[in-house]
Amino acid sequence: MTTNGSGFFGRLNWDAFPITGLIQNPNTNEIVANTAAAIVIVGVIVVVGSLTWFRLWGPLWRDWLTSADHKKIGIMYIVFAIVMLARGVLEGVVMRAQQAAGPGDGFLEAEHFAELFSTHGTIMIFFVAVPFVFGLANFLIPLMIGARDVAFPVMNQISLGLTVSAGMMLMVSLVVGEFSTGGWTAYPPYTGAAFNPGVGPDYWIWAIVVSGVGTTLTGINFAVTIYKLRAPGMKFMRLPMYCWTIICSSILIVFAMPPLGVAALMLAADRYLDFHFFTNDLGGNMMNYANMFWLFGHPEVYLLVLPAYGIYSEVFATFSAKRLYGYNSLVIATMSIAVLSFTVWLHHFFTMGQSALINAVFGIATMLIAIPTGVKVYDWMATLFRGRIRFSVPMLYGLSFLMLFVIGGLSGVILANPTVDYQVHNTLFLVAHFHNVLLPGVLFGLLAGYNYWFPKAFGFRLNEFWGRVSVALWTVGFMLTFLPLYFVGLMGMPRRSFSWEDPSFHPYMIVAVVGALIILAALLSVIVQLWVSIRDREKARVPVGDPWDAHTLEWSIPAPPPSYNFAIIPHVTDRDDFAAAKERGNAYPSPDAYEDISVPLNTGIGFSLCVLSGVWMFALVWLIWWLAALVTIFMLATFIAWTFKAETERVIPAEEVRKQHEAWLDLVHNSTPVDRDHETAPENRGLARPDLEAVT
Amino acid sequence: MKRAPTHSYPGLNLGRRHASADKASEVVTFGFWVFLMSDLVYFGLMFAIYITMIDAQAGGPGPHELFDLKSIFAQTLILLTSSLTVGLAMLALKYNLPRWRIVFWFFVTLVLGLSFLVLEIRDFMAMADKGGVPQRSGFLSAFYGLVPLHGLHVTAGCIWLIVLGIQLRIFGLTDLLMSRVVRLALFWHFLDLIWIGIITIVYFGGLTYG
Repeated sequence: MTTNGSGFFGRLNWDAFPITGLIQNPNTNEIVANTAAAIVIVGVIVVVGSLTWFRLWGPLWRDWLTSADHKKIGIMYIVFAIVMLARGVLEGVVMRAQQAAGPGDGFLEAEHFAELFSTHGTIMIFFVAVPFVFGLANFLIPLMIGARDVAFPVMNQISLGLTVSAGMMLMVSLVVGEFSTGGWTAYPPYTGAAFNPGVGPDYWIWAIVVSGVGTTLTGINFAVTIYKLRAPGMKFMRLPMYCWTIICSSILIVFAMPPLGVAALMLAADRYLDFHFFTNDLGGNMMNYANMFWLFGHPEVYLLVLPAYGIYSEVFATFSAKRLYGYNSLVIATMSIAVLSFTVWLHHFFTMGQSALINAVFGIATMLIAIPTGVKVYDWMATLFRGRIRFSVPMLYGLSFLMLFVIGGLSGVILANPTVDYQVHNTLFLVAHFHNVLLPGVLFGLLAGYNYWFPKAFGFRLNEFWGRVSVALWTVGFMLTFLPLYFVGLMGMPRRSFSWEDPSFHPYMIVAVVGALIILAALLSVIVQLWVSIRDREKARVPVGDPWDAHTLEWSIPAPPPSYNFAIIPHVTDRDDFAAAKERGNAYPSPDAYEDISVPLNTGIGFSLCVLSGVWMFALVWLIWWLAALVTIFMLATFIAWTFKAETERVIPAEEVRKQHEAWLDLVHNSTPVDRDHETAPENRGLARPDLEAVT
Repeated sequence: MKRAPTHSYPGLNLGRRHASADKASEVVTFGFWVFLMSDLVYFGLMFAIYITMIDAQAGGPGPHELFDLKSIFAQTLILLTSSLTVGLAMLALKYNLPRWRIVFWFFVTLVLGLSFLVLEIRDFMAMADKGGVPQRSGFLSAFYGLVPLHGLHVTAGCIWLIVLGIQLRIFGLTDLLMSRVVRLALFWHFLDLIWIGIITIVYFGGLTYG
């Protein structure tokens, strides 16, 4: 059992609030901690205040929080991811500043620095990358496969609720108590009760368990959606590449999230109930934790990067005005990566005592992943070859990715060699490697997707100029921050050190902090781009819905799409069905008849479970047992009560669908098609004139 | 009269004119299979942990001191019978028997499930009396991580039986509830499958190698 909580509020008392520390012992460290807490509190006050001032509570509740529409859920996921991204980037900047403060101890205390790298990793993986990836998937998958919603719309809402409430726990930990100091991997026995009796690891455990349940439900949802809800004629080999990557990601989630849940719950059993899974005494074995964590952890990186590959595949094909080169080989490569990702987890702990033979086997398996990845890189380059290339924002992200990601991938192959790994493990070389694959790979991909599909979601294009500024800042910022870390890593600087002595590291650290500030500017430029785009939206409207002369089904409907997506479910006859239809000249047919359409009714269950699970986690962290028990019963009751609801769908009458659809068709017929030279001009209303070489 | 076999799930009797209901039940049932796969990974890992920790007894009591095979035999019989009774509920659904037949077999399944849980908890208490508590050793932690996890699933199944029984009384055999009966039956058979793993690996394996 961790520190005993016997009072009404468990172990919660005034010492848990950072302001107490500031009053008792004012120093830089406490000021940084209090500033972070203040940002959270001010942020909440500003949001609540402006919602009240502009009387937005009603619309927020009706149109968003209770909506089971996959498009809105997707957008909410992405908003959440961007808020968390802001925190993750700020933490990164503070850490770089600490290490750049010169040989010696910097301005933060060791404990605080450890909290920073733990929250930074946890947030960036679980609360930025995962929600951003699945936010995009939520928005796109039903549109791409010609469906009206995901397979389980309400479960989708619950997934969002659980992910958000888990993310909120990391925000709460800034204000009440402290977060874990055990890194995002939280290895026991350090995170066990014997060495770490405080609340930190408990915050980590429950945030991971609850968001893990949310993510697992999402994985099930998307696997079933793509398997079962494809439009007639949409055979597997006609799926857009992005859908293939989401199938693979979903499969990875279904099989790889359980190990994380098991590992975290066993750690909880050790901490709360004095079990001996991972303790040093009485037969515990921490290697079981390391194995299970990475049995999840390695597939995890592919479940993040594969969808980014999917986004790049769509972007390269569209902005080269060519059919994606080597579709079959890309499908096979994606599947191979998904399978291989389960065979390499041990390379995360080559130095933890296996035999040389086992290390060699896993090292070779790891190197094998470079083969399908290489196939992909060549396919993308071949797609660009002799294409009608436009250097739009998504394309620029893609080109930046192609060059930088290859460096990151190659440093991965270097690390896959156990003998090399023995030299550089636990150094900044590793930090440089995984940031080198996660930033250009995942983050640039997500930002490319955000720029590419934004007009589909909101009906207007994002500002090109600020988009380009953003690409430049992200790229330069990334290179300055992380490429120097390869060198200091090889020079032997350990990762996660709050203090260092060797003066030869100093120049690299200075360059890295400058890079971190540029990354901060890059983040700001994304926000400026959004603000400028909303301000100038009238000049960038694309109501017809196809601003980029793209190939896939989501572009064949209005922007923003109606709640039922497709007035008439399309019959697919080709891989790039919309492109083929445009070539034949019947991309916008007038249907003979319309039908009634059922869409999911609004429901408050996702939001209820979000709030309840948040209280539940807080009660468990602070050992407020009565509250935890009460909320458990409440959650069960809420869920069971929901199963008694007979009506879950409402019907949109055929007449209403006909009216909306015909109004849009009129708009299509009255719009002037634009060619690719005027893609970014105000006259681009979303009706494309296919030009240059045909895509098929 | 026999119905023409036009359904994806013939046990459901959704009717020939219910193509959309038929498709909906196929989606939901497939989704449930995927969920079971994911759940199976949880159990698979707990089995693996148990196997790696079978020797981590740290001087505490081991399988020979703790396991009571007579009780395990009784629990196995009860659980396997409950799989039969839940199957009989499915047959009642398939052959359009009166609704009370389904509820009746649910009730029998519930009684069997609860008896299983009572015996299991008695076992745990007997083990605790001999010093076999999870705090004693890694081996016992692994045991208590796995076997009660199955028990927790049986508890969830029992709650589901009660809720679905009530819903059948209130709403009758709607399309949605029929598909829930199918999923509950799947879940219950899954519990049986896991139990077969538990007697083989935890009890027999433990007694052989522990």
